[in-house]
Formats: sequence, structure tokens, C-alpha cells
Amino acid sequence: MFSNLMAWIEQRLPLMDAMNKHAVQYPAPKNFNFWYVFGILASVVLVNQLLTGVWLTMNYEPSGDGAFASVEYIMRDVDYGWLLRYMHSTGASAFFVVVYMHMFRGMMYGSYQKPRELLWLFGMLIFLVLMAEAFMGYLLPWGNMSYWGAQVIISIFGAIPVIGDDLTLWIRGDYVISGATLNRFFALHVIALPLVLVVLVFLHILALHEVGSNNPDGTSIKKPKGSVPPEEQSKFTFHEQYTKKYDIVDAIPFHPYYTVKDLVAVVIFLIVFCWVMFFAPEGGGYFIEAPNFEPANGLKTPEHIAPVWYFGPFYTILRIIPDKLLGAVGMFGAIIALFMLPWFDRGTVKSLRYRCTAHTVNLIQFAICFIILGILGTKAATPLNNLIGTIASFGYFGFFVALWVYSKNEKTKPVPERVTG
Amino acid sequence: MKKFILAVLTALPMLAIAAGPSLDLDKANNDLSDKESLKRGFESYINYCLGCHQLKYQRYNRTFADLGISDEDGKANYMYTGEKVGDHITNTMPPKEAAKWFGSTPPDLTLEARFRSPDWIYTYLRSFYVDEKRPFGVNNKVFKDVGMPHVLQNLQGVRTMDEHGNLSEATGGSMTVEEYDNFARDLTNFLEYTGEPNKLERENMGYWVIGFLFILLFFSYLLKKEYWRDVH
Repeated sequence: MFSNLMAWIEQRLPLMDAMNKHAVQYPAPKNFNFWYVFGILASVVLVNQLLTGVWLTMNYEPSGDGAFASVEYIMRDVDYGWLLRYMHSTGASAFFVVVYMHMFRGMMYGSYQKPRELLWLFGMLIFLVLMAEAFMGYLLPWGNMSYWGAQVIISIFGAIPVIGDDLTLWIRGDYVISGATLNRFFALHVIALPLVLVVLVFLHILALHEVGSNNPDGTSIKKPKGSVPPEEQSKFTFHEQYTKKYDIVDAIPFHPYYTVKDLVAVVIFLIVFCWVMFFAPEGGGYFIEAPNFEPANGLKTPEHIAPVWYFGPFYTILRIIPDKLLGAVGMFGAIIALFMLPWFDRGTVKSLRYRCTAHTVNLIQFAICFIILGILGTKAATPLNNLIGTIASFGYFGFFVALWVYSKNEKTKPVPERVTG
Repeated sequence: MKKFILAVLTALPMLAIAAGPSLDLDKANNDLSDKESLKRGFESYINYCLGCHQLKYQRYNRTFADLGISDEDGKANYMYTGEKVGDHITNTMPPKEAAKWFGSTPPDLTLEARFRSPDWIYTYLRSFYVDEKRPFGVNNKVFKDVGMPHVLQNLQGVRTMDEHGNLSEATGGSMTVEEYDNFARDLTNFLEYTGEPNKLERENMGYWVIGFLFILLFFSYLLKKEYWRDVH
């Protein structure tokens, strides 16, 4: 009976086939390390944000008069509303933690290189939409930092020549941030951007499965058809989409091997996540900032306006450039540079394990500069901080320039034919 | 508009510098699980603070329930103006007039402990000093030129500030220094409670959730190990 039903469905919509193709018979390299868990973790956080978001929306009131009070209503009068709210607010920061780790993994092991450029671009689009989503979500509690943070960020668009002023007016829907802005940000935050995000994530995974997963060695697990003797091929069953063109080596099916392994990672992640959520939901003032416990007030600026920590690196680049327009160009340039990474890197060896020492040094200095820029973004713009920020910005952009230079005739180590375990 | 935003942007770094070094705050050392302290703080709040400062996100009956006060007791001892027990803790001070009287409308204090910090409130309540230049004759060391008069002066007495910025010991109040510190601590405790009424429940739940996750970690690790025996 049940199998008949399944067959009936399968003829009309190949669900089992899709499941085999993308999970049960998807060949994943067997040598994934710690750095390969962050994609799954990002999916877990995405689901958390979507679900808690739905329930928060049920009690949230998107209006200048009611927003702040409705958040406190959720915190006090809605059963477990405080839990939903903290899951969502902690989730926002956790999203960026795991996404930054995920991106850095891609940079270390060359997961953006040919043939994975499009995969990288989809990932970068996800990152961009995620920043917009987080920015708009941050306005919704209608605290004073929400208000002034949005005021500052939107005014960046005012730096664009000719259309700047009209553009900021169009974004805000008013001459200052107001209930009109709040309402449109709410619409974008709960409907438009999540839809785009989910579609992009879907495309990101489809693009990944088309070209196959990279691994810490950067060695392909797909060998030309007929080049590997049968006893050396992976003994597991893989979907014919992968086996008809290639001999698969050193691979295991994603499910159950990586699902059970990722489960361990998810639980460890949840322990950290829950620790923050239950014992430090304000994240030391970085996840929920203290001035946001005061309602939005257009006449009273917080003592120190700082963006949420995950915008820190880009905000610092904006701030250290004295000219507003050039600052905005620098900030967007920092993101565009990341988009263009597959073309800055002219090398053919993927993993830092087999690339030149300069590459490892370059990656480490990039990571350090990124973290410094992030820390500075939450601090006051003193002359010393600006000096450090300028140096770190040079480090940030210097990474791409240096990569472009040394990757042309790079002295690499021999890449093993097979993954090294 | 453009000028306004430019002004805001140029003012930002200055504001950041103005935030400057933070004041040394005294430790409140309050204890959220001490219900007697919370009750004393609640009572003091009703008697001394509520006239000007609302707790408009906090309800009477929620407070009663959390502090272990029955609705009947609460109605008799904590509610004076005929509200219903389900009402928010508000007053009838007209905000616009209040702004004229004090220079700015006395803020709602439901979330003050999260906005400032419990230590800040504790220190603030104890840091009024005589300053004849101010309309009410007092100033505050942690909140310069605050519009609020020292409504607790009868209890604490008066303090003066010397040229080094140090405050003298309070004199002339009905309470000793220690009694007044405890009074301020209870009020601080109560405001930390109103800032997040679920705080203790949250932390308590956290131990259970994380405990469960550690058990899950153990079994998921065993599951992973079992499956991965196939992988060579």
C-alpha cells in the first residue's frame, strides 16, 4: 500500500531520486575537517531565524508608537516570548559567526576557484542579503540604537552624487527615520528578503552539488571515467548522475555519514548558542546593545553610536576615510573585492596546504586585519583607532592585491593525487 | 535635511570621545532571588518613585505573582489609585507639563537597569550632592545636571562635593549610611527585576537545556563513531 503510494508519487515527482541525488547517494569527500561544519550550522541558524521570526511576528506591532512596547509585551506577557526573542536575537549574531567562518573556510581551501566561481557568487549574494536582512531587523525593536544606527547607515547612501538625497528619502519614506521606515523595513525583513535568502540558499546548494564539494586538500574526488581500477573506487553507491561521468574515489555518501557527523557539530554549536542565549543574551552589550533598552528618540542620540558587531569591519573602513563618498566607495569596495575573489586568485592550486608560504601568511594577516577592523567598528573613532584602522584596511585590500600578484607564477608544492585523509 | 545628517555624522566622533572614561560605579551586589529585598524595593518604588516614574511595561499582578504577594494583599498594600491588578504600573503625571517642571519628562524606569546597569542605579541613588546652581539645589555625580530633585533627601541627608570631586558622608537624614545603602540596594534589585522579570527562570531553564544537550552530545558522538567505522 505504502510502496504503491510512493511509486505513484515518484512517477509524478521524483522525490526519492532528489533525496538520493542530494543526500543518500551524494558523494562527499571523506576528509572534511572542523571547518566544514559551518554550512550546516548556517542552515540550522537560518531555520531557527525563520521559525522564531514567524512566532515573533504574531505578537510584534510594526508601528512607531507600538513597536517598542510590543517587544516588551513579547518579553513579558507572551508565553516563552522572551525565549523566542532571545533565540532570534542571538541567532542573528550566530548567523554572522558561522557565515564568516564558512567564508574563511572557502578562502583557505580555494573553494571559490574554478569550477566553483558561481557557487562562491551565490554565497556572496547570500552574505549581502543577510547583511540587509540583519540591518532591517535591527530597526524593528525601535530602540534608540536601532533608530540612530539606521539613521547613520541610510545616510551613507546620501553620499552618492546627484541622486543621494532623493535615494535616502526614497529608502526612508520620510525625511527622518519614522514609522513609515519601520513599516517598510518590517515588510522587507519578514517577507521579501527571507524569500530571496531561501531561494539563494537553494541555488547555492544546487550549484554546490553540480560541481561537487571541495575538500581540505583541494584534490578532486571525481576522476575521469575508466581511469581508476574498480578496487580503488569508493565502495559506496552513488547516484548515477555522478558515476556516469566520473569514477568516484575517497568519497562517502553525505547521508548517513555526514549527517551523523554534523549532528555532533550541531549539538556542540547548540551548547555554545544556548549558553549565550540563557546566560548572556545581551552578548556583553554586543548582541543587544544597552541604548536599545530606551525607545527610539529622534532628539536624543546615544552617547556612542556603534553598528552591531558584525558590520564592524565594513563600518571601520567607511569611517577611516575622511571623505564621505570615498568612504562609502571603500566600504562597498571591501565587499565587491570579496565577490571578485575567484578572479583575483590566478592560481590553480586550491588548498593552502599546497600553496606558497606567502599565501598562508597573506591569509593570516587578512584574518587578523578583519578582526581588528571588526573590533574598531564598535569602538570610538579616536586618532589612534583611526590609525590602526587605516593600517588594517590596507591589510584587508592588500590581501587581494598581493594574491593577484603572487598567484600568477606561484611556487606551489605537489598536490597529491588522492585526498590525504 | 542633508545638513542635519552631515551634522550628525560630523558630531559622531565627538560624541564618541565625549563618552570618554566611564565613572567608577559602586557594586550594587543585589540578589534577584531575595524576594524580601524585592518586596522592600517594590514598596519603596511605589512610595518614592512612582509619582514621577512609570513602569509602563510591567503589570501589577505579574509583579505580585513573581514577588510572592497575593492579589488581595497587593491591592491593599501596593495599589492606591483604583487600578485593576492586571494594569500596567503607571502614574497620571502629564508628560508635557512634567517636561516644563523638571526640564525633561521623568523617564519610564521599567528597563532602566538594562539601559544603564544595576550598579549605575545603585551609585546614582547615593550620589546626589548640594549644588546651589541647580534649580532644585542638588546635582548628581554620575548624572551631571540631572533634572531630578533629591527626593530621598529626608532619608539619606545631604552630601557635599569638595574641590577634588569627592563626596562627603551624608548628614541629617533619618537613615544611617548603611541603612540607606540597603534601601538603595533594594530599589536597585527591584529595578533589575522589572528590567527582565524572567531572568531567574531563563537561567534556571538554561541549566536544564544545556544539561540535556550534553547528554545528546554523548549519544550523537557514539552514533557518529558507530557509523564511521565503515569509513577507511
